[in-house]
Amino acid sequence: MKIILGKSIFKGIAIGKIAIYKKDDYVVKREHVNDPEEEIKRFEAAKDKAIDDLSKLRDKAFKEVGEDGVAILEIHQIMLEDEDYNDSIKNIITNESVNAEYAVATTGDNFAEMFSAMDDDYMKARALDVKDISERLVKVLLGHTDSGITGDDPVIVVADDLGPSETVQMDRDKVLSFVTRYGSKNSHTAILARTMNIPALIDIDYTEDMDGVLAIVDGAEGKLIVEPDAETILTYREKLNEELKSRDMLKELKNKETVTKSGRKINLYANIGGIKDLASVLQNDAEGIGLFRSEFLYLAGSDYPTEDEQFQAYKTVAQNMAGKKVIIRTLDIGADKQIDYFNLDHEDNPAMGFRAIRICLERPEIFKTQLRALYRAGMHGNLAIMYPMITSLEEVRKIKEIAANVKEELREQGIPFKEDMEEGIMIETPAAAIISDLLAKEVDFFSIGTNDLTQYTLAIDRQNEKLDPFYNAHHTAILRMIKMVVDNAHKEGKWAGICGELGADTTLTEEFVKMGVDELSVSPSFVLPIRKIVRNMD
Amino acid sequence: MESFKYTIKDELGLHARPAGMLVKEAAKMDSKITLKKGDAEGDLKKIFSIMKLCVKQHDEVEVIVEGGAEKENCEFVKKFFEEHF
Repeated sequence: MKIILGKSIFKGIAIGKIAIYKKDDYVVKREHVNDPEEEIKRFEAAKDKAIDDLSKLRDKAFKEVGEDGVAILEIHQIMLEDEDYNDSIKNIITNESVNAEYAVATTGDNFAEMFSAMDDDYMKARALDVKDISERLVKVLLGHTDSGITGDDPVIVVADDLGPSETVQMDRDKVLSFVTRYGSKNSHTAILARTMNIPALIDIDYTEDMDGVLAIVDGAEGKLIVEPDAETILTYREKLNEELKSRDMLKELKNKETVTKSGRKINLYANIGGIKDLASVLQNDAEGIGLFRSEFLYLAGSDYPTEDEQFQAYKTVAQNMAGKKVIIRTLDIGADKQIDYFNLDHEDNPAMGFRAIRICLERPEIFKTQLRALYRAGMHGNLAIMYPMITSLEEVRKIKEIAANVKEELREQGIPFKEDMEEGIMIETPAAAIISDLLAKEVDFFSIGTNDLTQYTLAIDRQNEKLDPFYNAHHTAILRMIKMVVDNAHKEGKWAGICGELGADTTLTEEFVKMGVDELSVSPSFVLPIRKIVRNMD
Repeated sequence: MESFKYTIKDELGLHARPAGMLVKEAAKMDSKITLKKGDAEGDLKKIFSIMKLCVKQHDEVEVIVEGGAEKENCEFVKKFFEEHF
């Protein structure tokens, strides 16, 4: 047994035989040509074919790996048509009276070297793209075709590096994992591994004699285990079984509606705390984002985030979710989340202190900046705004006043923004729950924050372990309140959801659906288990 | 001549995918479009020419549009930068 340590690009486990992927062996010779003009024509024809091949490859791969997986192939087409690249090739052919293969290979090396020398990891990784297009051209010129992976069993593909068009061309059913010696987190192989949901490693120092040998890829730990012993295989088989179960569930439930047998539909959204979580939202097939915590923007720096920084972040999320709903909660700091530059006073009882919307209403300049960014970003997708820690009608009316001012400002400045964004509130205080009939007239939706609602209703401090014996998450008071809030929302034709931890409690899912809850927003990993329960309900 | 300055906000800098889309659009325009980073210059109609400037997050660049429908073209490129970089 030998363990080779590398870096993880995507988690997961694979057990299978190693297949060392070798690029087609070809040698580019420098040959003298008598008619450089004829040689340039030969190059032009090869280029047209290469671009055409890429179009076909794009169509084929699009169905399997989607937009992100094939975008790089379009870039390759643009690169192949780049004037400087073409000029360099033609100049070499003309000035040195040499064959097109040599001119392409030389130009490819020069351009790749230029990228490799850059002091930026992302740009460095682009050297591979240049090599890839140049190799494609040379192969067309030589009349070579790719052999790819042979054999019937799926394998762990091991290589020095893998070009985008090489990975896209592989038969997806035969690949258990990608393992490379070079490559980077920004490589196309990494994107592909994510979309295919298979483990991938880089920086693995393999040897040629490992071809055909049994191995285990541990994506989480970044390890390749070659010739594992029986005990290790057993441990990993168990882990793999767990993984396969969840992958099966994904297969079975992905792209399915969250709907009961009698046809009642629940909007099943995800809770996230930053842009980095978007991948898991899409992977777990959430139907939207029901709670996007905006605090990460404020926690990242040593000063207030600017309007533009916020706008970029909200826009990125909206665009990535491509028309699916994204509910962004305005600033919710204070209590257990403190930020130095806000200079908040020390409080003896911060959970009931100066936090969330209270800060926003007392310091409207902070609030206005966030609202401006949100209304502007509304132009780029299906965004909604949600206000936390509401206790009274007056607060809601004050928010509306500030929001109206912000919109007026934007209008005067001629800055494009979304006029009629959906706006709702969190119901996380007993006061809000009790006056939810009145609040429902003022807002578009409710989202029940069960964590705070429970601690305030039961008078139990979440941070105090001594109180655990008294804590009952399923307390009748809480369930009654949820029912009341949902009923009050419906009376005004509004919708109500749950975004607290209770929403992900699978023992309560049926009860919530029966209560008439319209939306559940949960951690991404709970999306599919809950969809399963709902789909099995009558 | 029309021009604007812009500070790159995207984590990956002037990354390949949108850069390629921009080059494709720029190629259709009737103006000469130059991308400047410090003293280095690139032609916005050529993908390698702008990629070799190695534009990273927080870098300030200047775009200069000369000839043709300067105003419209400049406006388009500016919008593209604001949306993608």
